[in-house]
Amino acid sequence: MPLSYKQESTKGFDGRLILYYSLLVIIGWLTIFSTSYNPSASQGFSFSLPYVRQLLWIGTSIVLAVVILLLDSRIIQHYSYHFYILCLLLVISTFFLGSEINGAKVWIKIGAFSIQPSEFMKLATALALAKFFNEGKTLGEKRSIWFIAFGIILTPAFIILLQKDTGSALVFFSFIVLFYREGMSGIIFIIGAIAVFLFVFTLLTNEIYAIALLTVILIIAWIIDRKDKKKIIRNIIIYAIAIVFIGAVNIGYNKILQPHQRQRIDTILGKTSDPKGADFNLIQSKIAIGSGGFFGKGYLNGTQTKLNFVPEQSTDFIFCAIGEEWGFVGSCALGALFLSLVIRILRLAEKNRNPYARYYGYGIAGIIAFHFFINIGMTVGLVPIIGIPLPFISYGGSSLWAFTAMLFIFIKLNDN
Amino acid sequence: MNNPKTSQKYAIIVGVMLILAAIYLVKLFSLQVISKDYEEAAKNNALRQITEHPDRGLIYDRNDSLLVFNDAAYDLMVVPKELRAFDTLDLCRILDITKEDLIKRIEKASAYSKIIPSLFAQQMSKEDYGYLQEKLYKFPGFFVQSRTLRSYPEPIAAHILGYVGEVNDKTIEDDPYYKMGDYIGISGIEKAYETELRGVKGQRVVLVDVNNREIGSYHNGEEDVRAVPGTSLWSTLDMRLQRYGEQLMQNKRGSIVAIEPKTGEILCIVSSPSYDPNLLVGKSRSKNYTMLWRDSIKKPLFNRALQAMYPPGSTFKLANGLIAEEEGILDANTIYNCPGGYQVGSHIIGCHHRGGTNLIAAVQHSCNTYFCKAFYNIISNKRKYPTIQEGYTAWRNHIVKLGFGTTFDTDLPYEKKGILPTAEYFDKRYNRSWNGNTVVSMGIGQGEVCVTPIQMANMLAIIANRGYYIRPHVIKAIGSKDNLNTQYMDKVDAGIRPEYFEPIIQGMEMAAIAGTARRAQIPGIRIAGKTGTAQNPHGRDHSVFAMISPVEDPQIVVFCLVENGGWGASVACPIASLITELYLTGEVKRKDLEESMLNLSTK
Repeated sequence: MPLSYKQESTKGFDGRLILYYSLLVIIGWLTIFSTSYNPSASQGFSFSLPYVRQLLWIGTSIVLAVVILLLDSRIIQHYSYHFYILCLLLVISTFFLGSEINGAKVWIKIGAFSIQPSEFMKLATALALAKFFNEGKTLGEKRSIWFIAFGIILTPAFIILLQKDTGSALVFFSFIVLFYREGMSGIIFIIGAIAVFLFVFTLLTNEIYAIALLTVILIIAWIIDRKDKKKIIRNIIIYAIAIVFIGAVNIGYNKILQPHQRQRIDTILGKTSDPKGADFNLIQSKIAIGSGGFFGKGYLNGTQTKLNFVPEQSTDFIFCAIGEEWGFVGSCALGALFLSLVIRILRLAEKNRNPYARYYGYGIAGIIAFHFFINIGMTVGLVPIIGIPLPFISYGGSSLWAFTAMLFIFIKLNDN
Repeated sequence: MNNPKTSQKYAIIVGVMLILAAIYLVKLFSLQVISKDYEEAAKNNALRQITEHPDRGLIYDRNDSLLVFNDAAYDLMVVPKELRAFDTLDLCRILDITKEDLIKRIEKASAYSKIIPSLFAQQMSKEDYGYLQEKLYKFPGFFVQSRTLRSYPEPIAAHILGYVGEVNDKTIEDDPYYKMGDYIGISGIEKAYETELRGVKGQRVVLVDVNNREIGSYHNGEEDVRAVPGTSLWSTLDMRLQRYGEQLMQNKRGSIVAIEPKTGEILCIVSSPSYDPNLLVGKSRSKNYTMLWRDSIKKPLFNRALQAMYPPGSTFKLANGLIAEEEGILDANTIYNCPGGYQVGSHIIGCHHRGGTNLIAAVQHSCNTYFCKAFYNIISNKRKYPTIQEGYTAWRNHIVKLGFGTTFDTDLPYEKKGILPTAEYFDKRYNRSWNGNTVVSMGIGQGEVCVTPIQMANMLAIIANRGYYIRPHVIKAIGSKDNLNTQYMDKVDAGIRPEYFEPIIQGMEMAAIAGTARRAQIPGIRIAGKTGTAQNPHGRDHSVFAMISPVEDPQIVVFCLVENGGWGASVACPIASLITELYLTGEVKRKDLEESMLNLSTK
């Protein structure tokens, strides 16, 4: 589809991005206030209250944003690798310095505050990839380039996975958006989709049915392509790979996954129901969102999210509060806001003459979109519960700082 | 830059995101707009109905002294998650526990739940509570919860007051009022007047969070229903008399029942050995109950006044005298000759005295011969009753009208009927060949007949009232002292004409002046008494005494039975007399007698 590329002015910072950013941060703070506000107790202005602390994160984020906008973008480009290495070291250092929260050892305590290096790792990886691609190594030409590119994303992902922060590790696969844009074949996605289908099918039924289904497809393909020997051989190879994949899924599910992880997958697939155990979070989350109705219960009037029924209601499950208090209308508005932000980034990236900015833009658009879809998806039961925050909205300093830096670096790059 | 291939990929990326967004939109729409299940679920999630338990009604005695009240009990609760460093030594000292114990209790609470409050120390004393309350701010994570428990100012009347305990599954099933964990009266007055005492439960609707912590009231409490406290009761018991009776019966087994004859009000009802009602309260109730239940020597839970069945002994002669008069067998002047015993075949029922005797003297001296003859003549009255079966049944009907062989079915717990065989029973036992002499020992209160102390006391009330009784009961008024308990006010006719009572009462008065009951004399008061010695095949005879006073206008009848107390005049007689003295004069002047009875042990 031919798109028109009107030459819009790229002078000045993009006002719309700043507007979207401001709206999201304000919505986030109001929601955090709503989830931690207790009408029956006069809480005052204690620093232990989440909404007071978040105010501090917002304030410091604004300072961070201003500093970034004042920087020379060449400095950012120049130090991309350094930043990447630094973050990688920080992530590794959590093995030794980190304190464990909710079973994941991903936090470094500094005084009264904790920072989560993996949040910054995403930004650093986006910068590093942009620099790598920008240094003349167009993708799709040399295999080794792909290996290095995957190396850049898989190294932090693997380390973070070792720290049992599966959610943050998975985020690194969002760079596939960038890879696709920069030359990776779309077939990979089709293969990916087939793999997901086989995965779900195998777990929902069992491997025998999955193999039977594949065999039927192979026979049909054989009949269609019976004249073409090459295609028959190719099909048999695909068939063999698929069967190996099914076997791997089977072993991985039964042997490698922890029982609670298996539970979560089972819950999403609808295989088991356990209202007080593994399903609890999801059920409470759905009740909160579902009880919001069309227009919601009104700001500060949510009962589910106010009374701690929803776990992590100011962090990973903050969308529950929005869904409950603002209803379908509010949920859609928030979705629209996120989509507008992501598409705006993609559009500006696409138009930018500086390839570095384009690579970077696609990278962070992928990250933000991934966070958005996974986070909302888990609260409504479309994807398994993976603990990642909703960008700009969820409570937490590390997340807000990292996403602010991410976005304002792009705004800065876009200005040049 | 204007590479059409790249722009196509941009479009695909944006397109895929929009498709995903559309899927999410559909999901949200079905979740929030179409499905109504979640709204309902949310209501149940956040609102909880909390039952407010009312205070149970109080119980007073006939003179407004408190017999039963509610005491606040204080439980120290702990929420492990809210615990902060605190002065463990201080808390240990307040609660009088060791540090190891403290750590163990906290560990136990944590194992149960970090956020749901757990019991840390049960039923602290008021002093401990008062002291702790001052310092509670120093112990974050601890709080005090109060509840009410039954309490008894004095450890008396345990059997009659009964006790309260947790409701059982069956009751919950049968009566929708009760919910798991509710308290219910299990015996005695607590059980009989459960509906009055329990009050009306209230309800609060509160917002709670996921950990069941109350956050506040719902709709500002508009949907709340206040609990209504239970109704207070006024007992017929005289606390002073009850206390005194229990003291007198210390170290003895047996029972005292005192009734105000005009009203059927029980003034005191003692069963000894008894127990302290405070034992069956709160945390140690089931432990103590088991302990009392297992005490097979004392059997403290056994209410002798209502459940123990004794051969009535000589006091039963009063009933037979009355029936003989009513049946026309004899009158006040009828004289039977007593040769020192009554011969039944080869067996002689002995008698202490000899010579011709009329009814009054027969009562005075408790003549066995006289009453055996009278009894024989009643049931063998061939003109009136052609067969022995008819004669016996006629006598038995009289006895039932006098309140024996049946229960009063008032507010008394677990009454026993006693034993009063029917003619069919004897037919079976003696293969239909029996006559008046076969069962003649019933004439003097021995043999097959067994009665309970309350039945005997009621018979005394009939004599005092000259012909009727009001079913004995223990609750006088409900709600306020003026609101009389009208359930038990009807006069029950005993089927004996009033004039027939005079010789009996005279005989009893004579017994007190110059007969078997001389020890019952109270200076300045005309009393009527009848001793008894209930034969006990298992050991020493039971000492029995029946007493009506004052004779001219009876205010109190007392029946006392002391197991293994020997003959009637020795133990039961002085005790009944002391009770009467206290009730009628307000004090006991015969200190020596009192002393000897208090110190007497028949165990």
